[in-house]
Amino acid sequence: MRRIEFEGKERMNRLEKAVKIILTTLGLISIFTTIGIIFSLFEETFMFFKEVSIVEFLTGTKWTPLIEPTHFGVLPLVAGTMLIVVIAGLISIPLGLGSAIYLSEYAPKKVRKFLKPILEVLAGVPSIVYGYFALTAITPLIRNIFPETSVYNALSAGIAVGIMTIPLVSSMSEDAMMAVPDSLRNGAYALGATKLEVTKDVVIPTAMSSIVASFILAISRAVGETMIVAMAAGSTPKLTINPLESIQTMTGYIVQISMGDVPYGSLAYKTLFAVGTLLFLITFILNVISRHFVRKYRRAY
Amino acid sequence: MEPILSIRNLNFYYGEHKALKDVNMDIYKNNVTAFIGPSGCGKSTFLRTLNRMNDFIENVKVEGNIIYEGKDIYSKEMEPVELRRRIGMVFQKPNPFPKTIYENIVYGLRKNGVNKKEVLDEVVEKTLKAVALYDEVKDKIHKSALELSGGQQQRLCIARAIAMQPDVVLMDEPTSALDPISTMKIEELVLELKKDYTIIIVTHSMQQAARISDYTAFFLNGEVVEYDETSKIFSNPRDKRTEDYITGRFG
Ligand SMILES: Nc1ncnc2c1ncn2[C@@H]1O[C@H](COP(=O)(O)OP(=O)(O)OP(=O)(O)O)[C@@H](O)[C@H]1O
Ligand SMILES: [Mg+2]
Repeated sequence: MRRIEFEGKERMNRLEKAVKIILTTLGLISIFTTIGIIFSLFEETFMFFKEVSIVEFLTGTKWTPLIEPTHFGVLPLVAGTMLIVVIAGLISIPLGLGSAIYLSEYAPKKVRKFLKPILEVLAGVPSIVYGYFALTAITPLIRNIFPETSVYNALSAGIAVGIMTIPLVSSMSEDAMMAVPDSLRNGAYALGATKLEVTKDVVIPTAMSSIVASFILAISRAVGETMIVAMAAGSTPKLTINPLESIQTMTGYIVQISMGDVPYGSLAYKTLFAVGTLLFLITFILNVISRHFVRKYRRAY
Repeated sequence: MEPILSIRNLNFYYGEHKALKDVNMDIYKNNVTAFIGPSGCGKSTFLRTLNRMNDFIENVKVEGNIIYEGKDIYSKEMEPVELRRRIGMVFQKPNPFPKTIYENIVYGLRKNGVNKKEVLDEVVEKTLKAVALYDEVKDKIHKSALELSGGQQQRLCIARAIAMQPDVVLMDEPTSALDPISTMKIEELVLELKKDYTIIIVTHSMQQAARISDYTAFFLNGEVVEYDETSKIFSNPRDKRTEDYITGRFG
């Protein structure tokens, strides 16, 4: 046989190096942009806390930065966000997990092929559409049942946020359950387990950390959701747990202020950054927890 | 001798593909029956028809009868879940649940309402001893089963199957993923277990079939070419194809 001449390795190596440099540059750009954003956020926040004590901010129960006498207690906004998160979670977690279980364990192949893309389309709908849906469909329905409900209320917005985050829970949980090897299911079936028992005892526990991670991700998404709450939840910072009242969330407040005409550099302007930083920290922590769960799950295999 | 399972005119289809063709066989109690044959000839498919594990595959069809305790296992009177309690299965790849050794063994019992701790403890100890695993794992019974070696996991899976006190244990190439020593242990175990159970084992090893089985069935393209006492199959096969296969002259 003829001896084969290998060539071109040299050139490949140079190309390899160039690609590496380009990619590193791109990576650094995004890292520095992120650091820049965080830095400017923190800088203004720092300025804010020169004028308002951190204790008042974190423990105060009144939020009236624009009306005299001004109060800078962020708790009403946090409570508003919590209310939305709880309502959304009550919708997205059971429905998302339920559809994940159905799709992964019960649905025949054909049904799954048909339903999965539909759920994924749901995830791609812009949130303003959900906001509109909340205002025009959910709110009237709630007011039919509870006539004393305000036009803008936490329940309607929470439900819409919940519906929006169903696909997040369902697709991530479903992926994790589909990744559970059939050999485990068969092992349980061969011991006389029923389908429900196999799902409950084998599939869900094996996929548990990803399922939990999907819950946390949905929650963090609900914390950060802006458009729906700005449209449907109202703009009344209020320390309440009544979902039928008008409230305001952290994101809702940020939108309201950004769109109004607060003078640049004023204290009201700086509140934006303080609230923004708090929001950033909450979602950041939630994401870290969620990643922790996913990693734990990967190790199980 | 009385058959515990009687298979009559069994056909099996994956969609259009006919994977089993008119299989007839009697499986005898307290014997080891081996299924041999080239890859893709339908051994696993046939084994799975015996405890209806094929039910989970979409688009399959079964024709014919499998009689177990006077009843057709594919008839309405037979609950598949109940059937699988009586006819257990051990798979090619060890598949312990990601639970403790203890919980692996008692899983089937718990699902059948056995929850008394004394009973479960006793079963765990007895079955671990039966599969000769007790001494190796007695200090980590409440640790994850995934920490065991492959051979230990497979013996745990056998323990899990016999904890249900089944009539029949189906084994699909239970030693193909194991080293020679683990394989030997499982072979010894099979010989031990046949006192109490009826065992059907799929194997690619002629030596294994010859060593441990009383009856051997040779499968080819979904048909049973020859089924007889193992000694006859190996010393004096009636069919030329059987002879070619066991002497390694096949294909
Ligand atoms: N789930 C399935 N869907 C479709 N066809 C299948 C399926 N499982 C097996 N078959 C086909 O049925 C035939 C018999 O397969 P089977 O797994 O029973 O063979 P086998 O004798 O166990 O082979 P091996 O020794 O390799 O395990 C093969 O042609 C195979 O392609
Ligand atoms: Mg096979």
